[in-house]
Amino acid sequence: MAEDAQRKRRSFLAALATGLALVATGELFWVASAFIRPRKRRDMRDRREGLIVAGPVETFARDSVTAFPEGKFYLVRLSDGGFLALHRRCTHLGCTVPWDEEAARFICPCHASSFDMRGAVLGPPAARPLDLFTVRIENGIVKVDAGQVIERQTFVPEQVTHPSARRRTAAPPPPRRDG
Amino acid sequence: MGEVPEVPERRGLLRSIWHSIFRGPVVPRDERERRRVVLIHLPLHLRPTQVPEAALRYSRTFGLGGMALVLIGLLMVTGVLLVFVYKPSPEDAHGSLLTLQREVLFGRLVRNVHYWSANFLVVVTCLHLLRVFFTGAFHGARQFNWVIGLLLLLGVLLSNFTGYLLPWDQRSYWAITICASMASYVPIAGPWLQRLVQGGSEIGASTLLNFYAIHTTISPVFILILVGFHSWRIRKAGGVVTPPVVGTPDRVSFVPNLLMREVAVGLGLVAGVLLLSVFASAPLGAPANPGMSPNPAKAPWYFMGFQELLLHFHSLFSVFVLPLAAAVALFLIPYLRYDAEPSGVWFLSAKGRRLAIGAAVFGLVVAPVLVIADEFIFTRESWLPGAASWLRSGVLPVAGLTLATCALAFALKRRFAPTRGEMTQTIFVLLVTAFAVLTMTGVWFRGRGMALTWPRSQPASAVTEIAEAEE
Ligand code: FES
Repeated sequence: MAEDAQRKRRSFLAALATGLALVATGELFWVASAFIRPRKRRDMRDRREGLIVAGPVETFARDSVTAFPEGKFYLVRLSDGGFLALHRRCTHLGCTVPWDEEAARFICPCHASSFDMRGAVLGPPAARPLDLFTVRIENGIVKVDAGQVIERQTFVPEQVTHPSARRRTAAPPPPRRDG
Repeated sequence: MGEVPEVPERRGLLRSIWHSIFRGPVVPRDERERRRVVLIHLPLHLRPTQVPEAALRYSRTFGLGGMALVLIGLLMVTGVLLVFVYKPSPEDAHGSLLTLQREVLFGRLVRNVHYWSANFLVVVTCLHLLRVFFTGAFHGARQFNWVIGLLLLLGVLLSNFTGYLLPWDQRSYWAITICASMASYVPIAGPWLQRLVQGGSEIGASTLLNFYAIHTTISPVFILILVGFHSWRIRKAGGVVTPPVVGTPDRVSFVPNLLMREVAVGLGLVAGVLLLSVFASAPLGAPANPGMSPNPAKAPWYFMGFQELLLHFHSLFSVFVLPLAAAVALFLIPYLRYDAEPSGVWFLSAKGRRLAIGAAVFGLVVAPVLVIADEFIFTRESWLPGAASWLRSGVLPVAGLTLATCALAFALKRRFAPTRGEMTQTIFVLLVTAFAVLTMTGVWFRGRGMALTWPRSQPASAVTEIAEAEE
């Protein structure tokens, strides 16, 4: 009987020791991951710094693409007057896509994906349209929140921000997140 | 007998210091001493005192494992030197390399040795893996050592990959961008993986610092520990794998028979790397410019096979399913059931050799044909226009290729009646050849916009970039 109790106690202690060792290992990895994990501060831009004032609505002609290298996006004004802010990062493997004025499309230098003015895919290998940033138009001034990338699966008209007819209206609803 | 004196003989101070360090012969004079030196000296004590004469043959191993060790040694020495000059921040990294190359005595040479050793290490490790596979050195006591070897390959690739970013020039910046983006195609964990690799939402200061830290601490320690473990297990398994012999094998002492051969291979390799480093420089292009991607942008050469896969298959398969299947298959190789476990015979048998050569030739012909067919005939528009891309360039081609391989295996089985080992070897050769062809296609035959071209017709962009950086 006493021997049995002893054996039980031993196996309990052994299990306890193993458990503690596992917990300690887990903690080690947890601490290590906290060191490697991306930190807000270490990101190039944090959320608030990301707000970029692009300028008054009138400065952007219809059917035009303006590059904002400091925000890593293109501000596109479509022919209907609406605005889109396209992330310049190719959705295939992350290269920077330049706007080709002559071909009237974005052509990726790395593997030749192409995108139209709205960021929709014209040619593979890219499968998704270019990512978006939220565009706000306040008092006729276009502002882009370049801190938060919005992924989408297809182009839908709701993604476009239109300057409202009346001035001084509140910001229109932000582009919808799809997929 | 009289009493034993405390000090058997009187020595001078220098002699007694010498004897306190080397407690035995350093240069052995007879057979007994030759065995003793192995036992009493730390650098040698991992080695056996005697080896079978059959293990001395160079063609047994081609000295590949030893070469890997020598390269790791070169990498450690040059790496430590480089740490004194290199500055791991986006502003300073590229400049510190220019300083290294222009102002530091032998700076360029040291960097070149590091660069060439690192690239050779990947090659040598892969060749070593092939050698171990083809001589059947993964049965019995060696089973788990195969797994350790795979982990070492992983460590070598991690080291190379993290080192690739450090020059912070156009080539390294965009290669890592591409690899991080490839990681993002992994289902579910993809975006998280990408952020982990990048240390943030994009490649920047934290990526560089993370890579530098891993490159200089975690991965070398990981490799060193595993190398020790790997070597120790070879010892425990009875040394280099040799063909079975009848009776007792002839044994010769380790010193000098094997030692001298190893030293010769090692010195030859060091001389070769040094000579190459004098004449061929590690590339250093224009500083990284996140606003301008080069055309084409390629991953490091050892990952080009995967980037090439991505051109042919749906991302789910090329980045996740196929690599995972390959990794699992590699891991399982020693644990499959074989009817016999012949070790130490190249390619198992004469039949095994013939089948292996046949598979290699077949792979060398069929893989390029498939690559070209996919490029020009099965383009995305012309082939099954209505189907979803995961079906058209994912499930269907993968299933088709798997079926074709199975059919081939079945036909071979009926025709040649190979053993399981020979069959596994044949399929292994076929797959390895196919992957090698993909890698070579990606590295040499992809030009602007990743279109198929001849290597010669590409613009020598790398060369002009170097000229730019040097002003
Ligand atoms: S990264 Fe743009 S096409 Fe590949």
